[in-house]
Amino acid sequence: MSNPTTRPNGATQVFLLIGGIALLVGGIALSPIRFDYTLITVALGGGILGTLSGVLGSFSVLKRESLLGDALSHAALPGVCLGFLVAGRELPALLIGAGLAGWLGMVLIRAISNTTRINEETAMGIILVSFFAFGIALLSYIQQRPDASQAGLDKFIFGQAAAMVRRDVWVIGAVGVGVCVALLAFWKEFELVTFDREFALANGYPVRSIELLLISLTVVAIVLGLQLAGVVLMVGLLIAPGVAARQLTRNLAQMVLLSGVFGGIAGTTGAVLSALGEGLPTGPLIILVASAIVFTVILFAPQRGIVWMTLQQRRHRLQLSMRHILRDVHRYALEHGGERVAIPEPMLRALRGREARLGVRLLEQQGLLESLGAGWRLTAEGLQLIERDERNQKLWRAFRIYSLQVDTSLLNVSRDADLTQTLPLHTLNELEHILENGS
Amino acid sequence: MPNLALKIEDLTVAYHSKPVLWDVDMSVPEGVLLAIVGPNGAGKSTLIKAALDLIPRAAGDVRFFGQPYRAVRHQIGYVPQRGTVDWDFPTTVLNVVMMGLYDKVGWIRRVGKRERQLAMEALEQVSMTEFADRQISQLSGGQQQRTFLARALVQDAQLYFMDEPFAAVDAVTERAIVAILRQLRSRGKTVLVVHHDLQTVPEYFDWVTLLNVEVIANGAVGEVFNVENLSRAYGGKMTVFDNQTTAFTTELSDVKPNNAP
Repeated sequence: MSNPTTRPNGATQVFLLIGGIALLVGGIALSPIRFDYTLITVALGGGILGTLSGVLGSFSVLKRESLLGDALSHAALPGVCLGFLVAGRELPALLIGAGLAGWLGMVLIRAISNTTRINEETAMGIILVSFFAFGIALLSYIQQRPDASQAGLDKFIFGQAAAMVRRDVWVIGAVGVGVCVALLAFWKEFELVTFDREFALANGYPVRSIELLLISLTVVAIVLGLQLAGVVLMVGLLIAPGVAARQLTRNLAQMVLLSGVFGGIAGTTGAVLSALGEGLPTGPLIILVASAIVFTVILFAPQRGIVWMTLQQRRHRLQLSMRHILRDVHRYALEHGGERVAIPEPMLRALRGREARLGVRLLEQQGLLESLGAGWRLTAEGLQLIERDERNQKLWRAFRIYSLQVDTSLLNVSRDADLTQTLPLHTLNELEHILENGS
Repeated sequence: MPNLALKIEDLTVAYHSKPVLWDVDMSVPEGVLLAIVGPNGAGKSTLIKAALDLIPRAAGDVRFFGQPYRAVRHQIGYVPQRGTVDWDFPTTVLNVVMMGLYDKVGWIRRVGKRERQLAMEALEQVSMTEFADRQISQLSGGQQQRTFLARALVQDAQLYFMDEPFAAVDAVTERAIVAILRQLRSRGKTVLVVHHDLQTVPEYFDWVTLLNVEVIANGAVGEVFNVENLSRAYGGKMTVFDNQTTAFTTELSDVKPNNAP
């Protein structure tokens, strides 16, 4: 047996990572923007936060928990306000407040959905609006106080990257490293719990604790990102990169990496643009970049993109239509005196509709049809092909019914396979026998 | 008396105040293929899940090889219903199978060559070798089921629980699964299968539990799989199976239907 277990995934992932970083650095180096100290700070902070959100957001996307991220970021607002009221405008105090409020929101959501008949989605909605409303009320109260002017807490609603200082970047970076270490350490468990929770439970994993850890890391990313993207749009930075990455890869590790790269691009670009322009809120800019990535990918992604799928569908339809045309030409000929009798073109169009013209032209190019007078007939090659095709169809008819009696080792015969090429000879003979003599 | 692979006593599971399983008692000897059958809503899947601590039980005691679940969970394999996971998840067949080994690999460590090897061997057993690197979203229903089966096989358990492995799979896959079940039995394993097709019970299994919230009968197919027990489990719906059950009972020569007047 050959060794099918060697896989190129590791290399692909490294390439992705290098490519993403190169794209970022190259973009920054080539851009006409002059990067001073402040702008570099903002770009770095935005990039790291975006990457972090993208990485953790992939799991939210796969668990279909987009709304949870939205609820938690909204729920953090009253925490920010309370943090301010207790400790003044100190970033750590605001973040701790946000973290506690977000975490409380999460606990309440779980408690409501576990103990009542209200489902989780509705519980999220309730927590989202009630916490957010409370936050807005606190915010108005703070604005009326004499020290309101320096507070600038309203920036937390839509985000303000320009407020970031170098020390913030160090904090964000350190937390980011911590999150990545946790992610690497518990990768298997996060993967298993996200894919098949029940199996993880049956294997004796502490599923609730693992889920709690994952969501807590997400809360950390959300809380750090609030300053940048704002409570209203934070969920976009969490979800959009993951959605885009999902369309482009078939491997969890690649998806998470790619999502981080997309998040990083969105975070950096949005933060820099907003810091350059006067008074542009950062959140909307970041989300505009992220959404642009998402829509581009949804349209043009290979295999899953709309364009690719439409083209593929059309190709399949045309192929089927060509098979039908050959069959029609063959049948007509047999009914009118011989295998090589030509079918009048209008007749073929009436049978096969709009696609007939293109189909016939392609079949002619492939040397399967040839024109004769005002009609078409099969070439020798075309005749051979259709005879093989019809034999294959007959075999399939028998195989579908009798495959059980014939040979159960044939589990993986693909539905579009040519059976004469696929089945072992003795099986083929058996099927032929069945076809000739009935079962 | 052979050892018992599973012994359930007084198991009760309730949803709010409604009992889903009531006072279930059953014993399963080692090395049998057991079908759990019963009408819809009889609590078949619930029985498996409650035994494996996946859902809370209101009362009762479950022992595996004489021990509680926690102590022997490494010897127990589980095949959940196919529909419980997102088959569009970005992963390959081989990766899913290796998930069956995560438990043994342990925390923090990554899977290595050995695990790949074991997973490939399991895929070979279910004739899925050429699908190892296939994206799971591209699998047919039968292939999905065989992937799950391979993931259970790598667990190399003594006792397997399978929830509806025959649901909506093609006939060839069904035969392949049966062959694997028999192979497991010949290696001394015990397999409990939630099953929905009464007709195939005598052919595929040698032990059966008839369930309808309570256990109607539990024992060797030849002894308890008869019209009387079936009609007690299925009640009025029994007329639907009338022809089939006559067929069963003729097969089971030593059992005579005795519910006729």
